[in-house]
Amino acid sequence: MNHAHFNLLTHSLRTLSAWVITLVLFFPLGWLVLTSFKTELQAISVPPLMIFSPTLENFAIVQERSDYLLYAKNSLITSVLSTILGLMLAFPAAYSMAFFKGKYTKDILMWMLSTKMMPAVGALVPIYVLAQTAGLLDSRTALVIVFTLSNLPIMVWMLYSYLKDIPNEILEASRMDGATLWQEFRMVLLPLTLGGLASTGLLCLVLSWNEAFWSLNLSAAKAGTLATLIASYSSPEGLFWAKLSAASFMAIAPIVVFGWFSQKQLVQGLTFGAVK
Amino acid sequence: MAYLTLQGIEKMFGEHRVIKGIDLDIKQGEFVVFVGPSGCGKSTLLRLIAGLENIDAGTLQLEGRDITHLSSSKRDLAMVFQSYALYPHMSVFENMSFALKLAKVEASIIAEKVGRAAQILNLTDYLHRTPKELSGGQRQRVAIGRAIVRAPKVFLFDEPLSNLDAALRGQTRIEIAKLHRELGATTIYVTHDQVEAMTLADRVVVLRDGQIEQVGTPLELYDRPANQFVAQFIGTPPMNMVTLDQMPALESVCGLPVAAGGCAGLRPENLTLCTPGQGLVNATVDLVEALGAETLVYVSTPQGAQLVARLNERSLLRAGDVVGVQIDADAAHLFDSLGRMTRTGHARQALAH
Repeated sequence: MNHAHFNLLTHSLRTLSAWVITLVLFFPLGWLVLTSFKTELQAISVPPLMIFSPTLENFAIVQERSDYLLYAKNSLITSVLSTILGLMLAFPAAYSMAFFKGKYTKDILMWMLSTKMMPAVGALVPIYVLAQTAGLLDSRTALVIVFTLSNLPIMVWMLYSYLKDIPNEILEASRMDGATLWQEFRMVLLPLTLGGLASTGLLCLVLSWNEAFWSLNLSAAKAGTLATLIASYSSPEGLFWAKLSAASFMAIAPIVVFGWFSQKQLVQGLTFGAVK
Repeated sequence: MAYLTLQGIEKMFGEHRVIKGIDLDIKQGEFVVFVGPSGCGKSTLLRLIAGLENIDAGTLQLEGRDITHLSSSKRDLAMVFQSYALYPHMSVFENMSFALKLAKVEASIIAEKVGRAAQILNLTDYLHRTPKELSGGQRQRVAIGRAIVRAPKVFLFDEPLSNLDAALRGQTRIEIAKLHRELGATTIYVTHDQVEAMTLADRVVVLRDGQIEQVGTPLELYDRPANQFVAQFIGTPPMNMVTLDQMPALESVCGLPVAAGGCAGLRPENLTLCTPGQGLVNATVDLVEALGAETLVYVSTPQGAQLVARLNERSLLRAGDVVGVQIDADAAHLFDSLGRMTRTGHARQALAH
């Protein structure tokens, strides 16, 4: 009796805290979406308006003033290209670390990860100068290179953890069966790591899409991504909450929708590891 | 003529020499078993033959062709792994046909060959399942099927039964023996289980510390072990080793010329137990293992010799009883101080004639 009471109590407490945490996490996003449908006046009214007649004028103004599609195109191209390039570099690296482990493999992995511990701004000046010297400022090429490099450690780590779960004997069996290195990769290794590759790719796509620091510093009107579009609504013209929200909403909508659809693959990728 | 020839094969792992010059000739159709304690290099030797590890010195020849530095995929050998190493994303059919598919064999021929192998191994009903949906024994058979479908030059087995439970292990052992009789394929089989070695092999290769201790038929090894190591490794329970200090009667009564520092080796079946005082020496019973068909009696003498006797009848002895130990001196093997065999005892079979 007492025990049942206690169980009910912990259960409801757990449910309550889950709701609270979800609301706290969701609130800024929900508020952003709400604000994007308000007029500037409604947006700054105190107390905040919860009920109002929605307007689409902010979206029209944003599209009128800046070429949303250009920024979206830049975001799409840079994130997709950097993900593909990153996978192409990270996969062979992770493969050799997982299956041909050397004395320093662990150290190299750790060192790669440690580069992510350095603040990005620490490398800003050298990278800016490099981009400038190469004539790559405000170019998608520069962004693709920087996105790829900054995501590479995470990609190698993720792929490494997938690959090291594959028993080496399966690859050896394929060699005994007469598979060349390419056949071994295409017919055995790739199907077994598809889930891992997909989730690694998806994560990097999201990270590149949301990347702001380097795109703000290395690009402007020509190669700017959606992150720079949002930023352009925050400072130069004072704070226009409704338009800023509309721009943000437009910037994050594609990746949120994308995440929604790929959720299943993501989760599948994270649990696929059951090779044995 | 030798089919597979190993000449001075050596392998280093870093500074450590794990295979120290192996010379071996294997005939076509022969079933050769590598046996030895763990860490003796038997699996490494198999992997060197398979091409999964690089050979550091020596040559490997198959049908007179040097394959020392050929990659695994071109050696035309098939291997059954301890973990089976089936492709988890493929069905049983795809697993078994993978090698043929790589070799670009026609689909109709693949279907026929896989079908026949599946029939031999009782896998016909499982061809569309994935390895995950099979039991351990079935996976094991798929792994064997994957090897026989290809009709390779040599079959390599790396402790294929060690992941199975005891009943299944015995059954699969018999199936492998039968399969070998039917296919007549050259086979190299690695195991640490000497029962597998004795029952399956045409010839057994006993390895220790990366070297061959002895090569011979199972009964040759049992009856004429080249040294103390082989004598004690082959046979369960192992051969009793007795020094002259422990049993002076060996020389004074039985007239066995046991060398100084050497010892006499006696199989458990060559010991008999009698009333105290009637044997060569008295001993105390430590343990009686009644196995039904036979009884193992472990005794120790006051001089510190630990002996085991195999009796063909039931025994009323209990731990703590004192018994006399009698030996069949004709059957005793003698070893010198370095453990080398100096005199072979007469085997049981010879006595029976």
